[in-house]
Amino acid sequence: MSEEKKKITTPLTDEMVEDLRTGDQVLISGAIYTARDAAHKRLVELLDKGEKLPFDVRGQIIYFVGPTPAKPGQVIGSAGPTTSYRMNAYTPRVIEAGQKGMIGKGEMGPEVVEKMKKHKAVYFSAVGGAGALIAKSITAAEIIAYEDLGAEAIRKLTVKDFPAIVALDCHGGNLYREGVAKYGKEL
Amino acid sequence: MREISTNTIIDAVRKITIEASYDLGRDVIDAVKKAKEVEESPVARGILDQVLANADIAKDEQAPMCQDTGLAVLFVELGQDVHIVGGDLKEALNEAIRRGYTDGYLRKSVLGDPIERKNTGDNTPAVIHVDIVPGDKMHIVMAPKGGGSENMSEVRMMKPSDGIEGVKEFVIDRVRRSGGNPCPPIIVGVGIGGTFEKVAYLAKKALLREVGDRNPNRFYANLELELLEKINRLGIGPQGLGGTTTALDVHVEAHPCHIASLPVAVNTQCHAARHKEVTL
Repeated sequence: MSEEKKKITTPLTDEMVEDLRTGDQVLISGAIYTARDAAHKRLVELLDKGEKLPFDVRGQIIYFVGPTPAKPGQVIGSAGPTTSYRMNAYTPRVIEAGQKGMIGKGEMGPEVVEKMKKHKAVYFSAVGGAGALIAKSITAAEIIAYEDLGAEAIRKLTVKDFPAIVALDCHGGNLYREGVAKYGKEL
Repeated sequence: MREISTNTIIDAVRKITIEASYDLGRDVIDAVKKAKEVEESPVARGILDQVLANADIAKDEQAPMCQDTGLAVLFVELGQDVHIVGGDLKEALNEAIRRGYTDGYLRKSVLGDPIERKNTGDNTPAVIHVDIVPGDKMHIVMAPKGGGSENMSEVRMMKPSDGIEGVKEFVIDRVRRSGGNPCPPIIVGVGIGGTFEKVAYLAKKALLREVGDRNPNRFYANLELELLEKINRLGIGPQGLGGTTTALDVHVEAHPCHIASLPVAVNTQCHAARHKEVTL
């Protein structure tokens, strides 16, 4: 675990993903895409029908977030992560289609980890409940699909030094378990 | 009989709806600062720093501290000598929520039907609890509740033979199974006793107490401290990434119950523990 923050720019390659280990603190820059439960459901329905997704997911990071409305003059409202396990049902399918990273909060399931190992993908934890702070690292936001879903629409965000921590890596590293093993004490 | 108009209620509740999302309570901020001083994990200390910086930004820039601005839960204590004029009380409360969520640029997270799942577009309806109390005043608490932490809550109808040890085990296990999902450091509301629906209400009501506030009954005050210590030994830490700060506090509320029952409820609250109140 390194104290120094690693700067990474999207899209991600296999090599970049392999280089990331649990506990690494990263600053992400470039384009990332937002999707929550409802948008994921639609993405997977398209994949199941063999149809094209509304954006090229290959190499990309999907951020599990539904922001608050932007005030006049703002790029986006508060925009912290939502709980990731709800995407366990969808993310494996999107990783197969080429997704390389996820940003959310809380652990993701073994069905996701298996695909992360096989297809080289990484899961980052952002700080849940720090939506006003995280919004500072978002420099542009544009709805690119499913506008009818409101906060759950798919947005393309441009981010600069978005703070996150590698929580699950493609080597099977799991910071949730490592953390409890290191800091847990007998009851 | 004292008259209170629905317009007065709408203005007051609209105001605390916005304030609740922008302004984190001093008790929570102080508890996070205190936790940071003794937190063993450097990653966790970094996360707690982000939580504190976020609260400052939210207050200074009048922005929601979290994008999940919640489902509006309102606790109304209505004096029995109050006469509400100008319309329907629940309609007025929902109008206040509608205006607060729109004017405050808060996220609308409420679906009209749990299965159909279409957004109502204005964050109504609120969940409204009304209690009739003596007097000619009206006290309203607005406590928006995020979905992530609410999902990590549970009611269990335990057996009387499970006793206090069973209760402790259930509460700790509920927190353990929640891991990083509810945005730790959390506040744990525990209801013990009553009936199936009453115990969930008690657990939610427990979350309205300030961090550091103890149950006036010494037995339950000690139980709160014991549970807090044990929960912080689990190692879950901020965001579940390891550490010694898993909970900021545990609040227990107890109530008489049936000879056959031992209902227990755990209502999990994230660190964005929002509640504002007003007396009319």
